[in-house]
Amino acid sequence: MSSLSTTSEPTRWSLIWNSNIGYSFRKNPVAIVSLAIFLLIAVMSFCAPLIAPFDPYDPGQIDIMNSEYPPLWVDGADPQFMLGTDDQGRDLWSTILYGTRLSLLIGICAVGLQAILGISIGLIAGYVGGRVDSLLMRMADIQLSFSTLMVAIIFLAVTQAMFGSETFNQYAVYFLIAVIGVAEWPQYARTVRATVLAEKKKEYVDSARVLGFGPMRIMVRHILPNSLSPIFVISTVQVANAIISEASLSFLGLGMPPSQPSLGSLISSGFDYIFSGSWWITAIPGIVLVVLVLVINLLGDWLRDALNPKLYKG
Amino acid sequence: MFAYLVKRVFQAIAVMFVISLIGFAIQDNLGDPLRELVGQSVSEEVRQELRDELGLNDSFVTQYLRFAGNALQGDLGTSYFFKEPALDVILKKLPATMELVFGATIIIIGLSIPVGVYTAIYPNTILSRLVMGISIIGISVPVFLTAILMIFVFSVEYGWFPSYGRGDLVHVFGPWETNFATVDGWMHIMLPSIALASIMLPLFVRLIRAEMMEVLQSEYVKYAKAKGIRPWRIYFVHALKNTLLPVITVGGVQIGTMVAYTILTETVFQWPGMGFMFLEAVNRVDTPLIVAYLIVVGFIFVVTNTIVDLIYGLVNPTVNLARMGA
Repeated sequence: MSSLSTTSEPTRWSLIWNSNIGYSFRKNPVAIVSLAIFLLIAVMSFCAPLIAPFDPYDPGQIDIMNSEYPPLWVDGADPQFMLGTDDQGRDLWSTILYGTRLSLLIGICAVGLQAILGISIGLIAGYVGGRVDSLLMRMADIQLSFSTLMVAIIFLAVTQAMFGSETFNQYAVYFLIAVIGVAEWPQYARTVRATVLAEKKKEYVDSARVLGFGPMRIMVRHILPNSLSPIFVISTVQVANAIISEASLSFLGLGMPPSQPSLGSLISSGFDYIFSGSWWITAIPGIVLVVLVLVINLLGDWLRDALNPKLYKG
Repeated sequence: MFAYLVKRVFQAIAVMFVISLIGFAIQDNLGDPLRELVGQSVSEEVRQELRDELGLNDSFVTQYLRFAGNALQGDLGTSYFFKEPALDVILKKLPATMELVFGATIIIIGLSIPVGVYTAIYPNTILSRLVMGISIIGISVPVFLTAILMIFVFSVEYGWFPSYGRGDLVHVFGPWETNFATVDGWMHIMLPSIALASIMLPLFVRLIRAEMMEVLQSEYVKYAKAKGIRPWRIYFVHALKNTLLPVITVGGVQIGTMVAYTILTETVFQWPGMGFMFLEAVNRVDTPLIVAYLIVVGFIFVVTNTIVDLIYGLVNPTVNLARMGA
């Protein structure tokens, strides 16, 4: 015999929906619109091979005779190309879809690498303490004092000169992820360390230690879940920064090659034609880049207000 | 304090040592100095002889010591392209970059303090909300896009400002020629400085606003209000003084970042500074120039950071020097 239960077990989705975060999200139109735009851009770019009318990587579909057609709403457009074509005759709409996918992919992978490095180092520094801590934090200070962009520019410039542009272009994605990922680990390490220092003193950590759990288990299973909110906030801002860094590096010719353009390299190739009036090759990828970074930053702002973790200043 | 100073200087030297090691490793592996000297048409025996003569067959440590010794005397090798000492080439380009950074810094300081203070005092007015909205857009626009947009609007469409180069310069002394002495020079430096400032401005406005809002909640500001001191005096004399400390620290770090952004700004505006030169050197695989740039920029970073840390230690009496030096 069981009594009839009128309330069903809440699903995970409804738990999130009814939580404080869910509530603050529903009450914030800016956050809703930002998330919607971000998801739209993300889904469209990752479905690029399905949506795009042309394949910008297939030389068979590119005809130099088609170069520099303006977008549809400008006189002299070719109806085949919705947003016009770039200097090589590629359909701009397809190229932007593929380019956004690359930019997002590099941004997210680089931040993933930052997070793995930074969180492990931060956990170890905070939990072990002593000399290890001061050494690691000193390294973080020094790393932070050098601007990421500067480190990335010099590293990529030297690798490009060393391997030659053929080989460099082939592995550009990995170089970009590696350099943006490694240069920014202190952001995570410092924040994680600060929260670990605060959490370490709490009773649940003591009780876990009394139960005989090893340091690894306490760090990963007990302390880390309680340090997640600052990590989330940093991650959004870091993805936005990584996308900007990637675009800047590609703009300088130290990132994605023109044959496989990200948003930055598209803008760069368009810049040469801006004086001859072909503004759309620069402007349209530029707008996509700004909108993408802006919505991520707005989401990050909302998340910071909603979770309100004590972040490191500066 | 003295122990802290010594530790800080020692750390700076250690970082410079690492940078010089990296620089040397690049010089050792990138390009072939022999080919730059004699070309392809020399027999293998003569090559070996030359290698011995130039010391290219010595051990890594000997070669590094020679490199470091020369570097300490200001000899960073000779540029393959300019056929001049690399350091001289860079020092010739340095004033252009420094003037650009200077122009941007003036814009940042001149705008961020009043705007930051205003938005902190009246956080709910329409103007403040507008400023905060613009600032998040400002953070999201990469500096090269701002620069391109400004060129497109102000040079191509309206033709108000020139789009490249430095214009008429006036010689001051040594390699320093200034933009600030002629109207044409002012016109040329305007767009690049604004573009360079645009990336840092939102950051500083937000920082000053956040710090100021915190200070305005403090007891001493309330006490000053109760005492009847004029609001203007409270805001700009009492409160602002205490917000500037974190601003100095962040500002010091950002000077270094600004050097990186000059590469982007200089590329867009074809500004004949260090950054533009560096990218050209990379394209020409001009190894000595690349290495010299790395060392000069590394030096600028290390010096500014050390000075900022020391100022911070001096200005802030509450800072725990023993902990910072640990």
